[in-house]
Amino acid sequence: METSKVTIRQQKIKKDFTKQKCIVLTVLVGIVLLMAIFAEYIVPYDPYAQDLSNALQPPGGAHLLGTDRYGRDMLSRVIMGGQTTIFSSLLLVVIIMVVGTLIGIICGYSGGKIDTVLMRISDIFLAFPGMVFAIAVAGVTGGGVINAVVALACISWPKFARIARSQVMTLKQSSFVAAARLSGSGTCKIIFKHMLPNIAGPILITGVLDIGTMMMEIAGLSFLGLGAVPPIAEWGSMMSNGRSMLQTSPWVILAPGFAIFITVMLFNLLGDTVRDVMDPRRNKK
Amino acid sequence: MEKILEVKNLKKTFYKNKAAFMAVNNISFHMKKGECLGLVGESGCGKSTTAKLITHLVTPDSGSILLNGEEILGIKGKRRKQFYADVQMVFQTPQDSFDPRCTLGDGIMESMINHGVKRREAKQKMLELLRMVELSQEYAERYPHQVSGGQCQRAAIARALAIDPQIIICDEATSALDVTVQAQIVELLRKLQREMGLSLLLICHDLALVQEMCDRVLVMYQGSIVEEGTPDEIIKNPQQEYTKILIDSVF
Repeated sequence: METSKVTIRQQKIKKDFTKQKCIVLTVLVGIVLLMAIFAEYIVPYDPYAQDLSNALQPPGGAHLLGTDRYGRDMLSRVIMGGQTTIFSSLLLVVIIMVVGTLIGIICGYSGGKIDTVLMRISDIFLAFPGMVFAIAVAGVTGGGVINAVVALACISWPKFARIARSQVMTLKQSSFVAAARLSGSGTCKIIFKHMLPNIAGPILITGVLDIGTMMMEIAGLSFLGLGAVPPIAEWGSMMSNGRSMLQTSPWVILAPGFAIFITVMLFNLLGDTVRDVMDPRRNKK
Repeated sequence: MEKILEVKNLKKTFYKNKAAFMAVNNISFHMKKGECLGLVGESGCGKSTTAKLITHLVTPDSGSILLNGEEILGIKGKRRKQFYADVQMVFQTPQDSFDPRCTLGDGIMESMINHGVKRREAKQKMLELLRMVELSQEYAERYPHQVSGGQCQRAAIARALAIDPQIIICDEATSALDVTVQAQIVELLRKLQREMGLSLLLICHDLALVQEMCDRVLVMYQGSIVEEGTPDEIIKNPQQEYTKILIDSVF
């Protein structure tokens, strides 16, 4: 009896801890998002104003994170770059979530030839080394954040399509879908009222977990010069600009580098915690 | 009595790893108005497939199904919706037959709303149905995982009754429940059948239940109907070897 009481109590503490962790991370991510939304108003200097007499100032003094080779304030550029990086990755995740889920539902529900054709196409994308394909697409379509988002969306949707498809295929066999059919519901109503709410959980979790990865990939493409075009502030391209000065003025590359590190980590931790909170089975372990 | 449902030469083959499996092999039977027809047989003999074929959840290879003398096989869209106002089904596993994200009340009202009943009237009728299946009103707000199997099956019966169907198919509606609850559900079904003049197709493997409830019994074996008659005839004087085995295994 005693031991079981102790375990129950421990489980409860662990569960409470997960919830607290989730709240703390949500607040932190919220702060990052707010900073990105109101970047224009909180930057101490104009992130695009050049001042060559003040170039490559080390951190401290008037410029908290120093200046880059054109004398632009690094702190302002990191905050401004956050807007580009975070919003383009959020946009990307929303696009692949919606497109992937829709294709997955169509495949899982209709089956047959449509399913085979769409799934073979997604297999092709899965078999491709993702980043190489994105580089190729971005290379053909030229630079720009939107092009980078499109390129990455092309290679990332199959993951969501697979999840949605397998879930829908299971649900299609279930008797509550049969019951809905018997009550005279059409295909649309069955998909949107009965299936979508039941598959939304895993898809949302995967989506949140993907934000960090997508941020890395967008920054990666920008680092290679295929994403954001200068002078637009973007963490990846800022790192790329600073790479020749790593030994002489490391803050130029370290500031955006840490910004990526911290933001990606925050989103990944949030994704993990959201998964723990939403899936009660994981709490039992 | 007039025939309400007539099934002729129905066939369905499933393919598993390219091996053909005759789930339903050329069966024919009919159902009279207000009758309780039993369909018994071992697991995998095609009982449930027959139910799914009648309700259009599975498409048959060939054959015909007549409802009130009208061919209903292959109907689509509006006519199919209309057909579901006449034929309803109660499933084997009560909890799985309700959407886990909808309340029982919403599940019961869905068919009425789909058939153009206004929300407020549907709610009135839903509460009335809950009373009829001996559930209190608060169950309308519950989710399927918050109620027991027996309560859920009562709600499922209420859902089947919601649009006043002529035929209800019970696909092993009591086999997932424990014995006392089974008896209650059976009692409820019998009461409702008497009061509303429903025609019941009772699919089960419990011969005692069939003897108690049904007017006529079909015995199914490996996809075919091997015997037909009143329960007493079949139990006391089985003609087929398989029926004898089935009865010996119970009594």
